[in-house]
Amino acid sequence: MSESRIPAAFMTPGTSSFADFLTAQSPDLLPGSVQGGSANLGDIAPHGTTIVAATFPGGVIIAGDRRATQGNLIAERDMRKVYPADEYSAVGIAGSAGLAIELVKLFQTELEHYEKIEGTTLSIEGKASRLSALIRSNLPMAMQGLVVVPLFVGFDPDTGSGRIYGYDPTGGRYEQTSYSGVGSGSLFAKGSLKKLYREDLDEATLVAVLIQALYDAADDDSATGGPDLSRKLFPIVHVITADGGRTLPDAEVGAVAEAVITGRLQRPDGPIAELEGGQ
Amino acid sequence: MSTPFYVSPEQLMRDRADFARKGISRGRALVSLQFADGIVFASENPSAALHKVSEIYDRIAFAAVGRYNEFENLRIAGVRLADMRGYAYDRRDVTGRGLANAYAQTLGTIFSSGGEKPYEVELFVGEIGDSAADDQLYRLTYDGQVVDEHGFAAIGGAAEAVGGYLKERYTEGASLEDAIKLAVAALGHTDTDDREIAAKDLEVAVLDRNRTQPRKFRRIRPATLVEILGAVSGTAELEDAKPAAAEKSAAEETATEDSAEKSGEKSADEAPLAPPADDDDGEPPIAPPVD
Repeated sequence: MSESRIPAAFMTPGTSSFADFLTAQSPDLLPGSVQGGSANLGDIAPHGTTIVAATFPGGVIIAGDRRATQGNLIAERDMRKVYPADEYSAVGIAGSAGLAIELVKLFQTELEHYEKIEGTTLSIEGKASRLSALIRSNLPMAMQGLVVVPLFVGFDPDTGSGRIYGYDPTGGRYEQTSYSGVGSGSLFAKGSLKKLYREDLDEATLVAVLIQALYDAADDDSATGGPDLSRKLFPIVHVITADGGRTLPDAEVGAVAEAVITGRLQRPDGPIAELEGGQ
Repeated sequence: MSTPFYVSPEQLMRDRADFARKGISRGRALVSLQFADGIVFASENPSAALHKVSEIYDRIAFAAVGRYNEFENLRIAGVRLADMRGYAYDRRDVTGRGLANAYAQTLGTIFSSGGEKPYEVELFVGEIGDSAADDQLYRLTYDGQVVDEHGFAAIGGAAEAVGGYLKERYTEGASLEDAIKLAVAALGHTDTDDREIAAKDLEVAVLDRNRTQPRKFRRIRPATLVEILGAVSGTAELEDAKPAAAEKSAAEETATEDSAEKSGEKSADEAPLAPPADDDDGEPPIAPPVD
């Protein structure tokens, strides 16, 4: 802000979208604005992996593991892949980590910018659509292997419930019911959730269920990190209700993770779902 | 062919300043006060949707009087500047001082350029720090002057009367409730009498360093205002089906009445603005918010 007179573009009435403004004024600041030729760039940067989310009465919870991989190496053990987008929504990211983090930052700014300019917040669908547009703008990078696939969750004040949206690399947006997952380990996590999830779980139980699911993902997917007891690295868990969003403190998640691991010492495959007829 | 004629630069500037002052003085006053936990902004503004006080960034707020479309333009430019800078660098790199400078340059350039009509606006840029000593409050005038204010300040029409009232009564380290009461009493003060302003006609917002979120800006809702103001807004709330609030308020009513005679003498020398020209119904024309 050291320029002298504020440039005309800043004072021109127009968009309330920060991303649109950035596209017009400083496209170099957009994530993925650098074109890298036609090579497959999939391995040049770390990848984030498994994110899971599920709703409970009155809210939604999103959780992500901490591992980022680069080829067959572990690039980061303590990466954060779940970010609050605003007070009532959050986004978990899988895929090309650097781009994904930039994208989240742009998305956060986008929501806040809209709120400040318009004096009101976007609807939950509005937020989900804006995220679609941002992902779609990353499509050229995705074609070169730098794919970003987020999972978006939020509290919808109109329905008083949590909502979950999944995406594909072209920006396609799909609302999910009850639970969902994204990333390489999500296959296993979703299988686990399918057996453990109930619609009427309370918040604390649902946190445990999501950590079970992440454990199962880490169990079978080498790119997903399990709870790391020796380094005290636990999944990031973010809970959103009518009161707003909060990321659970490490101690809280750690206690649940330790309970899950203790259980697995007895029964490596985890809790058993009841068979039909209750046995 | 038009006849060339000469106007001295002094005259030109005087005319432009008169023009801007006149526009600003048609509106009502807006005050800004430091209190123990931050800065409070208050103005009389019957519109619930068109704001005079807004959030710019985490710890920075904007408050303005004058022509709505002009200060709205400045506000949006500020939000864009701040968000752009915070996005490109870091949130900590967005400062109130930087923003005030950008506004000052812009207003100054517009004022002294021959081609543009001067902006009929006056504004505050406030930024809170970790303690009251770190708070900053800049007042910017239509010609791009920046004044670093301490404690309190008033802008807009009747700013001298309101500012004089504040000068008599302002104390450092007040609570939010006391600061709001003082601000609202000051807004209702004129040289001849004191008015009570209904809570629904007030716009009050604070930068509150006690907020846990990184974004410290918060609007004070009308219901909260009624609670805080009690006496001042009591009578107006009667018609709003809130008899209880009105009742408890009657006791405090005398607190603000002794002020009328005090402000007259001090207003003449420090007046940045002409006294209100027209009757006080006059906000400048209000445009709908830009898209």
